[in-house]
Amino acid sequence: MPIQIILEKCSGCSLCIKACPFDAIRILDKKAVVDLDKCNLCGACVTACKIKAILLEKPETRAAKPELKDYKGIWVFVEQKKGKIQSVSYELLGKARDLAQKLSCQTSAVLIGYDLDDQLDEVIWRGADNIYLVQAPEIANFQDEPYTNILVKLVEKYKPEILLCGATAIGRSLISRVAIRVSAGLTADCTGLDIDPQEKILLQTRPAFGGNIMATIISPDHRPQMATVRHKVMQPMPADKHRKGKVIRENFDSSLYKSRTRLLDIVEEIDNLVNLAEADIIVSGGRGMAGPENFKLLEELAQVLGAAVGASRAAVDAGWMPYSHQVGQTGRTVAPKLYIACGISGQIQHLVGMQSAKIIVAINKDPDAPIFKVATYGVVGDLFQIIPALTKKFKTQLTR
Amino acid sequence: MNIIVCIKQVPETTEVKINPQTNTLIREGVKSIINPFDMYALEEAVRLKEKFGGSTTVITMGPPQADAALREAIALGIDEGVLVSDRAFAGSDTWATSYTLSCAIKKIADFDLILCGKQACDGDTAQVGPGISTHLNIPQVTYVKKIEEVKDQVMRVERMMEEGYEIIETPLPALLTVVKEINEPRLPSLKGLMRAKQAKITHWTAKDLTLDSRYLGLEGSPTRVVKIFTPPPRTGGQMLQGETQEIVEKLAALLKPEI
Repeated sequence: MPIQIILEKCSGCSLCIKACPFDAIRILDKKAVVDLDKCNLCGACVTACKIKAILLEKPETRAAKPELKDYKGIWVFVEQKKGKIQSVSYELLGKARDLAQKLSCQTSAVLIGYDLDDQLDEVIWRGADNIYLVQAPEIANFQDEPYTNILVKLVEKYKPEILLCGATAIGRSLISRVAIRVSAGLTADCTGLDIDPQEKILLQTRPAFGGNIMATIISPDHRPQMATVRHKVMQPMPADKHRKGKVIRENFDSSLYKSRTRLLDIVEEIDNLVNLAEADIIVSGGRGMAGPENFKLLEELAQVLGAAVGASRAAVDAGWMPYSHQVGQTGRTVAPKLYIACGISGQIQHLVGMQSAKIIVAINKDPDAPIFKVATYGVVGDLFQIIPALTKKFKTQLTR
Repeated sequence: MNIIVCIKQVPETTEVKINPQTNTLIREGVKSIINPFDMYALEEAVRLKEKFGGSTTVITMGPPQADAALREAIALGIDEGVLVSDRAFAGSDTWATSYTLSCAIKKIADFDLILCGKQACDGDTAQVGPGISTHLNIPQVTYVKKIEEVKDQVMRVERMMEEGYEIIETPLPALLTVVKEINEPRLPSLKGLMRAKQAKITHWTAKDLTLDSRYLGLEGSPTRVVKIFTPPPRTGGQMLQGETQEIVEKLAALLKPEI
C-alpha cells in the first residue's frame, strides 16, 4: 500500500480532509480512511497531518538511475520557425540565468536548424553562456524525429542538469519524446520555476484542473530535470551586448536527421494580425457580438492597439470566427498583459483560458455576467457603442 | 484500417467548484466524463472506419469506474473497449502512463493508427500521446486539425501551429493527437447505447501485460508532486459607470500604461 494511515496515531482531527485536493479522505469511526481510487498520492495530507499519522512510501528505486552529480548546467531549447528565433526562447533564457545564479552554473542554448549564424549574438546577449549549434539543410524546419534524435544525443553527451523548453506546439511535441528517450521527468506548462535552496533541485509549479489548483513538482532522482514553460510568463533579460559566449558546433551522422514524417508545406494564416500566443493585448468577442460581421469592430480596435483577436467557444461554434482564434479550455490558453472581453459572459471553460491575463477588461450588457467576477475593470453597457468610441479614443491617444 | 483510440476519464471541470471554507476542490457529485478532446479522436476513428472499414478499439488506463467512459465510446460507434486497471498503476505520471499504455497497445498489436486528444483537461500536459508513440517507436503528428488523404498506408494531415498550419505526410502506423477543429462529434445513437450496455469490456491488469514492473505507477514515475495548493481566486475589480464617452475616457486613462 503506497499510502497508509497509522490508526494508533490518527486522532480523527480531519485536517487531512481539508488538505486533500482530490476529496479522497473520509473519517470512519473517528479515523481517516483513504479512498485509493481517488487518491493521487500527492502527499498534501502528509504535510497537513500534525501528528504524523500518514505514511506515504516514496519509492526511490527506478531503473537506470543516472549519476546525478555528473549532470551540470541549465539548457534552453531555442525554438526557431523559418529561421527566426521565437520570443518564448528569450523569456526562458532570462529565467535560466536567474536559476543558474542560484546553482552557480552556466546557461546554454540548444539551437537546431539551418543558416542561423546571424542570430547567435542575440542568443548570447539574452543570457546564453554557450550555444550548442546543429545546422544542416534537411533540419531547417522542425520535425519531431530528427529534432528528438539530435536533442537526445546532445543530452547524452553533455549531461545538462535542467532542460527547459517553451510550452508551444513544437516544444510540447518534441520534449515529450525526448523525456521518454532519456528516461527523465517532465513537467508540462510551468508558470513558476525555482531552485530548492537545500536540495538544489528544480521546483516546477504549474496549474492543473484549468488553473483551479496549482501543483509543485520535482524530479528528484532523474536528470535532466525537464519542463515546458508557458509563454509570456517569464521575463526576458534585456540584450546585453557586452556578454560573451561560446558557440559549440555539432555535426552528426545524417542518419540522425532522417524523418519518417515529411513536412510538405507551412501555411500561414494571414487573417491573424498577431498570433494569440505572442500577443501582449487580445481583444476577444463572444455571443454578445451578435454576428460574424460585428467582429470587424474588434478587428478595428485590435489594429489600433496592435492586438490579436480572440473569440469565445460560443462565437466559434456559431461559425463567426475560425477555431484558431478560440480562447478557453478547448481552444488556446493565453496570458496577455491586457485582455478585453466583449460580449463574453465568462463561462468557466472560457475563464480557464484567460484568467492569468494581467489586466482583464469586460464589456457586457448583462450586469450579472460571471466575467465581471474576474475583470479588473468592468463596463455594463452596449458594446456596439463602447467599442467604436474606444477605438477612436485610442487612435487619437496613440497617434499623439 | 485498424484504429486504437486512447481516452481518459476526467471530472467535468466546468463543474469543479472550490469549497470556500477548506479551499479545496469539491469533487462530490461531479460527473466523470470522457476528456473533451478525446471525443474528437473517437469521432475521427468512427469516421475513418466508415470510410475505409477495419476495426476501432478504445483503450483507457484508470480506476475500475473508467469502464463507463469506454461504454460511452462504444455508444458513439467504437467496436471494442479495453480497460487497463491495476493498483500497481496508481500514482503514474506521464512517463509511466505512456509506458503502460504502450505495453497494452503492443498486446493489441494489430493497428494502423492511434488517435489521442491533444491533451486531457484535468492535467493539461499533452505528454501522454507523444510518450506512447515514442515508446512504440512510431511516427507522430500532434495537433492535427484535418486528415486530408489516406492512400497506400500514407496519411496526409494538417497540423495546427500558433500562426497557421503545417501539411505533413506520415507513413502508417502512426499516432496522431487531434484538436477540436477536426470534426463535430456525433451524439450516441439508440442502437449504440444498447450495444454499449451489453458490450463486454476487456480488462487487463499488470499481470496480463508484458512489462517491466520498475516502470509502473508511482515507483516508475520520475516526477513527484510535492505540493498542491489552491491559488487565490481572481476577484472582480472596479466597475466603471457613466455615459459611453465618460466610460471610454476612464478606460483609456486606466489602460494607458499597458499600451
